[in-house]
Amino acid sequence: MPAEIYLNVAISGILTGLVYGLMALGLSVIFGVIRIVNFAHGEMMTIGMYIAIVIFSAFKLDPLVMMVPIAAVLFVFGYALQASLINPFINRPEHSQFMLLVAIALIMVNVLLIIFGPDAKNVQTSYAFDSFLVGPLIVDATKVYAGGAAVLVSAILFAFFRFTYIGQAIRACADNYVGALVVGLDVKRLYALTFGIGAACVGAAGAMLVLIIDVTPALGPAYTLLAFIIVITGGLGSMPGALLGGILIGFTEAMAGLLFTPSAKSMFAFALLVLVLLFRPQGIMGKRTT
Amino acid sequence: MIGQLFEGVPARALVLGGLLLGVLVAAPFLVNDYLLTVLIIILYYAYTGQAWNIMMGFAGQLSLGHALYVGLGAYTTAALYVHFGVSPWIGILAAIPIAIIGGAIIGFLAFRFRVGGVYFAILTIAFAEFARVGFDHFSWVGGSSGFFLPVANYSVSDLWNLRGKPMMFYYLILTMTVGAFVICRLLLTGRIGYFWLAIREDEEAARAIGIDTFRYKMFAVILSAGMTSLAGVFFAFFYNNLFPEQVFHISRSIELILAPIIGGIGTLFGPVLGAFLLTGLSESMHAILYKFGVDIPGVKQVFYGLCLLFVVIVLPHGVWPWVARVLGIRERRS
Repeated sequence: MPAEIYLNVAISGILTGLVYGLMALGLSVIFGVIRIVNFAHGEMMTIGMYIAIVIFSAFKLDPLVMMVPIAAVLFVFGYALQASLINPFINRPEHSQFMLLVAIALIMVNVLLIIFGPDAKNVQTSYAFDSFLVGPLIVDATKVYAGGAAVLVSAILFAFFRFTYIGQAIRACADNYVGALVVGLDVKRLYALTFGIGAACVGAAGAMLVLIIDVTPALGPAYTLLAFIIVITGGLGSMPGALLGGILIGFTEAMAGLLFTPSAKSMFAFALLVLVLLFRPQGIMGKRTT
Repeated sequence: MIGQLFEGVPARALVLGGLLLGVLVAAPFLVNDYLLTVLIIILYYAYTGQAWNIMMGFAGQLSLGHALYVGLGAYTTAALYVHFGVSPWIGILAAIPIAIIGGAIIGFLAFRFRVGGVYFAILTIAFAEFARVGFDHFSWVGGSSGFFLPVANYSVSDLWNLRGKPMMFYYLILTMTVGAFVICRLLLTGRIGYFWLAIREDEEAARAIGIDTFRYKMFAVILSAGMTSLAGVFFAFFYNNLFPEQVFHISRSIELILAPIIGGIGTLFGPVLGAFLLTGLSESMHAILYKFGVDIPGVKQVFYGLCLLFVVIVLPHGVWPWVARVLGIRERRS
């Protein structure tokens, strides 16, 4: 095979990986602050994807344009979920929190299954088959737009956590829970905001990903696991780590699909997870805590 | 051994337990084929729940990948039977070691490299998913298009090859469930049970008082994996078809853990009660919906999810401790 094919596939994998990164960023933010593992993360993304599909088939509105309202819907959803169900579980044992989210995820997948049925759905945009020619390389236009949008949203999120008062308050909660309570921060509300922000991230990622892949309700659990793999690889709680992990997984999957068979690509992601858990459990960008 | 089994059990619990066992033994002569199948499913979940409970309920290790052991047991015996005509009773001599090796690899990696808590749960999911994708490409056992056991209408039950009527399968799974209950009871009231509970409650403290935590956690994983693989053997010969997408799927792993969670993690009777509650309720709901002409995939799972949500929020220790109090029989607290 000529070298361009490898480069083409690599670029395509990295662009998809940016969207994965945004998805994982949501999980990382939620874990980093609330210390709750959102086992319903992929399911929330499929909700975002289905909203995009419904809007597209009803009004022919492009998912990338609708990204902001979709993220807003998911934000409200995430906020409500944290404020109502998850906040009372903050001090429960780890496995108890995990079961709660397993239950929520189970309900989400199957409600989607009841509403939309098991068949794969997608959107057909006018630019679905466009591509850019960069020298000898052919780059898929859809993936460029999706990857660009993911970078933009991530940048906004970084700025939010660095420069706004609420963002700093949320980081304070993450750094020192008791300290945040002592200085009078409304931690429960900030937790709800954080979960909302994480949900908004994954909703936006869903709006982008729906351009690249078909959606079925069963996609939820698979992407929850993928998000975990990315976040653990990149370093749980590290925002740049999540993006980097996403790119790494996107690249690995694309290469595995080219060199072996596309249906076996997730095995490489699992292998990567096992290696990281064993040899660098804090992840690539994570800090060693113990 | 017999003494240890009944030691400290209130008389009322013995009577009630004996009554339940009597009803279960007599059940095939009292109910129709449909209800018998429901009872088989209930006992299947009671058995797998009991096996899972050894890891989570006793030793405190949350596994969300138990479908792996079911699948390894199912595929090993089914492949030996279909390709070489080996009886499942001989086949389990291969199935159990294979599942144990699978569990031992996960356990060794996790416990040696100190992968704990939620990370451990994710590691178990990853291994099950790895097996799912792997078996999808494993053409010797049919790959993703499935693996089938020969089916016929049997006039007599052939216990040696596990070919036959539901009644044979019913007594088989009943024996397995009772056996698992007895084993768990003996382990839990023995020395090793106390070691497990110590590890579950506070691993550092357990290590400090000299318990070899690695060894006893490994024992829990190995025992749980081996027992679960037997459920896989049952699954293969009862359903006669195996698809990696179904057998190894994460939703199977989650279904396996529902009964013990709803019944009560770490209790001996929790998995049994949970299986009766969950399957009983979901089957009656299915029957009612069917009467109204509603048959939508996913309704049962939403119901499972709501049950799980309810129990996790309202009864974090499960239904059994509450039932035990009402019946006036006390089991050791989880």
